[in-house]
Formats: sequence, structure tokens, C-alpha cells
Amino acid sequence: MKELVVISGKGGTGKTSITAAFASLAQNSLLCDSDVDAADLHLLLCPQVREQHDFIGGSKAEIDQQRCTGCGICVERCQFSAISKDFVVDPLECEGCGVCRAFCPDDAITFTPRTCGAWFISDTRFGPMVHARLGIGEENSGKLVSVIRKAARELAEDRGYRLTVTDGPPGIGCPVIAAITGATAVLIVVEPTLSGLHDMERVADLAAHFRIPAMVCINKYDLNRDMTAVIEAQSSRRDLLSVGRIPFDSSFTRAMVEAQTIHEYSPGSDLSKIVESIWHNIMTAECMNKPERHVLPTIR
Amino acid sequence: MIISVASGKGGTGKTTVSTNLAASLDRELRLLDCDVEEPNVHLFIKPEHQHSSVQTTFVPVIDASRCTGCGECAALCEFNALAVIGKKVLVFPELCHSCLGCQMICPEAAISDGKRELGTIETGTWRHILFSYGRLRVGEAMSPPLISRVQALIQPQELVIVDAPPGTSCPAIAAMKHSDFVLLVTEPTPFGLHDLKLTVEAVRQLGKPCGLVINRADIGNHDVYRYAERESLPILMEIPFQRSIAELYSKGRLLVEESEEWRRSYAQLFDKISAICAAEEVTP
Ligand code: SF4
Ligand code: SF4
Ligand code: SF4
Ligand code: SF4
Repeated sequence: MKELVVISGKGGTGKTSITAAFASLAQNSLLCDSDVDAADLHLLLCPQVREQHDFIGGSKAEIDQQRCTGCGICVERCQFSAISKDFVVDPLECEGCGVCRAFCPDDAITFTPRTCGAWFISDTRFGPMVHARLGIGEENSGKLVSVIRKAARELAEDRGYRLTVTDGPPGIGCPVIAAITGATAVLIVVEPTLSGLHDMERVADLAAHFRIPAMVCINKYDLNRDMTAVIEAQSSRRDLLSVGRIPFDSSFTRAMVEAQTIHEYSPGSDLSKIVESIWHNIMTAECMNKPERHVLPTIR
Repeated sequence: MIISVASGKGGTGKTTVSTNLAASLDRELRLLDCDVEEPNVHLFIKPEHQHSSVQTTFVPVIDASRCTGCGECAALCEFNALAVIGKKVLVFPELCHSCLGCQMICPEAAISDGKRELGTIETGTWRHILFSYGRLRVGEAMSPPLISRVQALIQPQELVIVDAPPGTSCPAIAAMKHSDFVLLVTEPTPFGLHDLKLTVEAVRQLGKPCGLVINRADIGNHDVYRYAERESLPILMEIPFQRSIAELYSKGRLLVEESEEWRRSYAQLFDKISAICAAEEVTP
């Protein structure tokens, strides 16, 4: 199975609208929204949930005030200043390391795994979709991304799908690392701005670090043509395949308001054709047509 | 007073707001870019006299000559950063959360201090602004420790503007939790609204006062406005979609440098925030 992950560095570059457009073009494929922190793909694809699973993330410490003798050992050992002077754990500060429990002489600390979110297998009008929701303020988004990628892979193998198109998370930290490690290729959606260029370089460095081939697509390219040229030059210097440019067009926003993909909102339009040609360039790219590897990420 | 500028998703104009707000004021302040995965503020506020400091965190180093392979360290580690194979301990430093538990528990004192680079903190000045930002090392998975290091620069009684990372999970919370006010930047689109709702929930859990800046105010639809009214969220500023504004941004230029009118709007935005904080009994 091939896995294409659409990322952007910053988010807000039109990544999700473009991923949804690809969903309507892709054949024999599965969708995965690995932006578990601020998932938006479901707003366009309106998935019907078929299966729901709890996501069990890390544990947090809790002190049983009845058993606690106030010796202060836990406060001293906690590296994250998560325990107050009166021996209450602040769940926002607790890293879930379990050190306090390991050293409490009176066995006064409980440390249980918690449900930190949920993940779903759903049906959409473009095929099945795997997606998730991380609880507010939770850690372990990388672990949740690994969980849904594994679920997507199993589902694809089960039902004979050949391709997964993934809407990736923003940034370069744990969720992105979990989303791209071992993927066939990433598509970086970038806007022609100084910050867009900067974000693209960071995320391209990340892809290179994990040896994932990367392609680049410039969205709203006509907002700054000089910067578009700089980004394309930078892409070719880095051996990133430029798969196309998309003009600024408010149809993307209007389609979003209607919960439609661009091909449903304006079929046959120039914009739709441009996205089709980008999709064609991606699917015929050398990196998407290499013999397959089988590596799963190991973020925990 | 500490003002965090946050948004549910990236690309809504958070950096535009934090940089223009900081540049519009004529008093000394500290500006911190805590979006350490994709810092952008330095592209707009180009600091002088910059210096860089490498930030590292603890990872265990096993002294094979002392280690008996008892496995206590691996049993304690919650993050699978240690594994005992036969009598040998394997360390996966990128998974370590630096809790020191392994070092504390080892009966043979076989674990010494190693280091993993988190990234760097860059500091400099730009006119009245003391500016610092974190830059996460490419390949480093954990951003909260570096965000905390950037936040640790804050001195009591200072005016601080924090550019927080997008989202509602641990990095965003790490950046917002010490602030007195959270300024939420959103777009009036379905995606913008959906992500805004999550962020408002997070801010309310933290118990912080907040207000909205609506960017590209004339695209999308009116649902954000209805939501703001229903939730009694004050709309403190609206920025229209204008190609000229988008172009300035694309070149890394500040709106308040080009337009006195916008400078005044941003100064007023600050006054509104101060008034809300005063009402909440936070001293600016
Ligand atoms: S180590 Fe245990 S007994 Fe001692 S203060 Fe902490 S919780 Fe209480
Ligand atoms: S589990 Fe770790 S971080 Fe949490 S309170 Fe205990 S020692 Fe501190
Ligand atoms: S606890 Fe110490 S002695 Fe035991 S396996 Fe770990 S390093 Fe070796
Ligand atoms: S410091 Fe903590 S997280 Fe790191 S290896 Fe030791 S026990 Fe594991």
C-alpha cells in the first residue's frame, strides 16, 4: 500500500481543502486525518462513523490524601514541579513519568492510564476514512497518530485498498514525525510568503531527516509571484519535485462553507482542472511508484 | 501582564497579530515566539545583537562496567526509552522525557548524565522590543520542554506578548498556561470556527480571559460572529481580506510600519485587552 501524507509546516495553507479534493480524485483509496489536534477534514467529508474506539494515552499521578503521610519525597523527586506543597498533583504539569509512585514509601499514589481521546473508522462518499479526536490539552498526539495510521494500514490490507491519502498535522514535532515516518512520500503545501518559505524548509528538512521523498505544491501562488519563483528554485535545489501551482481563488472558501470539495462545488472549472493535473503529477511521480517498504513509526 | 496570541489552527494570522501588536506599542516589552516548531516572528521583527544558546535535556548514559542488567531502570521508564536485552541496556534517547527516574532507581549507580539537544533559543532586541524565540531541532519530537525554556525568560511585572503554537494539545497549553489574557485569532470559515471552538474550550479550562481577532473578516460566512455572541466572546478587532495586506505579509513586512491607521488600531486593541484584564483584576 502507498501512503501519501499532505503537510504544510504551519497549517492554514489550504492543505485540508486540497486533501479533500484529492479524496474525490483518488481511486481505490482510503483517507486518514492525522491532524488529531485540530481535525478539519471531516467538515468537508461528513463521515458516517462505523466504529469508535477509545484512545488510551499516558497515565497521570494522583495522590490519595488518606494514605499520604506528607513525607515530601514525591515533591522532591518530581522533575516537572507537578506536585504542590500540600501534595496535590497538577494534571496539566504532570508528565506521567511515574517517578513519584515508584518512590512513595506509603503507596499513596495511583497511576492509571487514562482515556485521552477517541478514534473512528467511518464511511464517506469517497471511501472509508480513519480519523481521531485528541482530548483538550492532552499529550501523546504522536501516539494517537501512530494508532490511526496502524488502523488505516490494517483496513487497507483487509479491504484491498492500494493508497492512503493522509491529511497531516502542522509543525515538525511528534505528531508530524509519527505521521510521516515510513510513508511513501509527502506533499508539502506552501504559500508564497516569507514565512511559508521558512516553514517549508523546516518541514523539508524533517522529511529529509527521515528519508521521505517530498513534493511541493504552491497554493495562492499569484499572491506573490516573486516568492513563488524563490520557493520553486529552493525546491529544485533541494531535489523536491514541484507538482504545480494553484492560484488564489475564493471558491475554496465557498466550497468549504458548502461542505464540498472543489470538484463538487465547481466541476470542470479551471481550478478543478489545475488540481487534477497536480494529482496526476503526484500519482505519476517516481517516488510514488517505487517498490514498497514496510516500516511503521515507533513514536510512543 | 502576559498576553498570549493563539489560534486553533495555523495560518490564521496569529503571527501578523502578535508582531503588529508588539510593534505598535511605544513602551518596552518582551516578545516571545513559542511556536518553536515553525517560528516565524523573527521574519517580521528582525532582532539586532542576536545571540543563540543551545538547549539540551537529560538522557541516560549507561556505564556498562557497573550495570548488572537487573532491568529496574527499564521497568520504571514509562516512555519505553530503555530496554534490557540479555544483560545489556539499550537507550532510545529520542523517547526519553528526562524524568531522571532510571538514574534514581539504579542500584549500581550505573547511569550518568547525557544530553539531547532540544533546539536553540535566539535572543535580540528590536527598538523597544526584547525578543526571543525557540527553534526546535529538526528531528526532535518534543516541543513542550523548549517552550518552557522560552517561557522561563519572563521576568515578573513585565509586559509580555507570547506567540503560542497552534492547536489545543500540550504545546499550545504549555505556551498559554502562564498568561493573563489569551487573544484568539480566527477566520470566519467553517475550519476556523471549528478550531476556534476547541481553543476556547482549552482557554476556559485554563480559566483565562480571552477575546477574538477576526482575520480575513469578509471571507466565509457569519457563523463565527453568531458563535462569539452566543459565548459572549468580545470581538476586539477585525482585519479585512485585502491583497495589499496579504502582500505585505508575504514580504515579511509589518502593517503598522506602513499605515498609521493600523498602528492606531493595534494600539487600541492593546487598550481593550488592558481594560479587560483590569476588570479581571490583573495589574498591567
Ligand atoms: S511520597 Fe507519598 S507519602 Fe510522601 S508526600 Fe508524596 S504521596 Fe505523600
Ligand atoms: S508522574 Fe512524574 S510528573 Fe507526574 S507528578 Fe509524578 S513525578 Fe511528577
Ligand atoms: S537499573 Fe542500573 S544496573 Fe539495573 S539494568 Fe538499569 S542501569 Fe543496569
Ligand atoms: S530519564 Fe525517565 S524517561 Fe528518560 S530514560 Fe530515564 S526513566 Fe526513561
